[in-house]
Amino acid sequence: MVNIFEVNETNKMVEQENLDVRTITIGISLLDCIDSDLDKLNEKVYNKITTVAKDLAKVGAEIEADYCIPIVNKRISVTPIAMIGAAACKSPEDYVTLAKTMDRAAAKVGANLIGGYSALVSKGMTTGDEMLIRSIPMALTQTERVCSSVNLASTKTGINMDAVRLMGEILLEVAELSKDRDSVDCMKLVVFCNAPDDNPFMAGAFHGVTEADAIINVGVSGPGVVKTALESVRGESFEVLCETIKKTAFKVTRVGQLVAQEASKRLGIPFGIIDLSLAPTPAIGDSVADILCEIGLEYAGAPGTTAALAMLNDQVKKGGVMASSYVGGLSGAFIPVSEDQGMINSVEAGAITLEKLEAMTCVCSVGLDMIAIPGDTPATTISGMIADEMALGMVNQKTTAARLIPVIGKGVGDTVEFGGLFGYAPIMPVNKYSCADFINREGRIPAPIHSFKN
Amino acid sequence: MEKKQKAVITVVGKDTVGIIAKVCTYLSEQGINVLDISQTIVQDFFNMMMIVDLGNATKSLGDIQADLDALGEEIGVDIKCQREEIFEKMHRI
Repeated sequence: MVNIFEVNETNKMVEQENLDVRTITIGISLLDCIDSDLDKLNEKVYNKITTVAKDLAKVGAEIEADYCIPIVNKRISVTPIAMIGAAACKSPEDYVTLAKTMDRAAAKVGANLIGGYSALVSKGMTTGDEMLIRSIPMALTQTERVCSSVNLASTKTGINMDAVRLMGEILLEVAELSKDRDSVDCMKLVVFCNAPDDNPFMAGAFHGVTEADAIINVGVSGPGVVKTALESVRGESFEVLCETIKKTAFKVTRVGQLVAQEASKRLGIPFGIIDLSLAPTPAIGDSVADILCEIGLEYAGAPGTTAALAMLNDQVKKGGVMASSYVGGLSGAFIPVSEDQGMINSVEAGAITLEKLEAMTCVCSVGLDMIAIPGDTPATTISGMIADEMALGMVNQKTTAARLIPVIGKGVGDTVEFGGLFGYAPIMPVNKYSCADFINREGRIPAPIHSFKN
Repeated sequence: MEKKQKAVITVVGKDTVGIIAKVCTYLSEQGINVLDISQTIVQDFFNMMMIVDLGNATKSLGDIQADLDALGEEIGVDIKCQREEIFEKMHRI
């Protein structure tokens, strides 16, 4: 039986170190809702989501109470809507009706967010894909809970540069439509290279077509737990450091595994994966950047940051993999700027630049995340930043993403407030030189060769 | 016999006369069997953990949690009741 010290350790993690289950996400396939009649399609989508996920909020609250472990978000992801709407939607406005239906369904079942207003266009865009992408600004402005993602590239197909160019323009449109609220709708939109089918985290969650009818995916968190554990091994060798991270990651992931299995049992929906991500929040002591500082950096962004992050990311995976029967999603350390107080401190101290953040995305999950940039950044420059991030993912056979927030009417030196879990961010300077002629070329960048690794 | 349904009760707070008695009286009224108790006092702070079996309890875990909350407030300590698996999973391979 467990002893008093183990019980106290677990409860301390929850009460003092911000251990929580970041999200229970139900993935729901909408393939069986496809209809050429738009009204019927909307009705079927609403019914399917509200039927499969009807007990989501209730079960989430029950599990929270039974184990005294906070479950921060209850979410839903659906099959990429570009596919689901292709037979019925004749215009971007038609797609927006589906976004509104998703929003209504999510509100009905008490889900915080619903992802899957997505298109997968890593090689080419169908008419439906392009209409969905063009509808994103309207959809995000007219809904509250809908999140959108677009997969623009993959290791196997290369980078769809036409879609990259389009997304630069779309992002600015989203920013423009929500300019009275500091362009906040941009944080509900992310672009990917090698997007995973089973990611439970927003804004990028969608239910891949290779998945079952419905599935439970769980994302855990716990940067504060890792940070506290590392405080006890200051000055020790890398071996001790790595062992400590692994053991802590194991414990954190076990909680996720338990919650996932319980949720699966109580909802009658099979368990998919645990996402082993270290996901920070703006709360003090819930920061990935603080872990890097504890490892020995004055600020995240100092020389050595990429190496420290690579090590951290790898140890989290090594510890977490044994704790769960199925691991998937993004699994790694997240380095969003606005959602991590330590990262915000780095930006404010001038310790970290966009270029260093880009380097860091080579060795951890996701990418340029929650970064506020000046509102007058040209669309082609945004596309250039996206293309760089896509290239990193494509060549390194990993998932990368970009969630940039061009804040209309603000510039370097200003700060934007996103509220709640999303935090605030100082606007970061962007390289002023143009890449317009590069971005304006048509077509795609071919897939890389998978030999001669250098 | 009903299947065992183990839970962990933790009591933390300023030490005072009769904490264990009051908690155990409540548990026996509810048909909750105590399987293990350990207790320490660190700098006047009372820290107790009990492993109990809810298999024959007359109330649901939610109701027991609410009752223990109220009892804790009365005694001036913090009482938590959680299902045991979260600790088993985290600390046992």
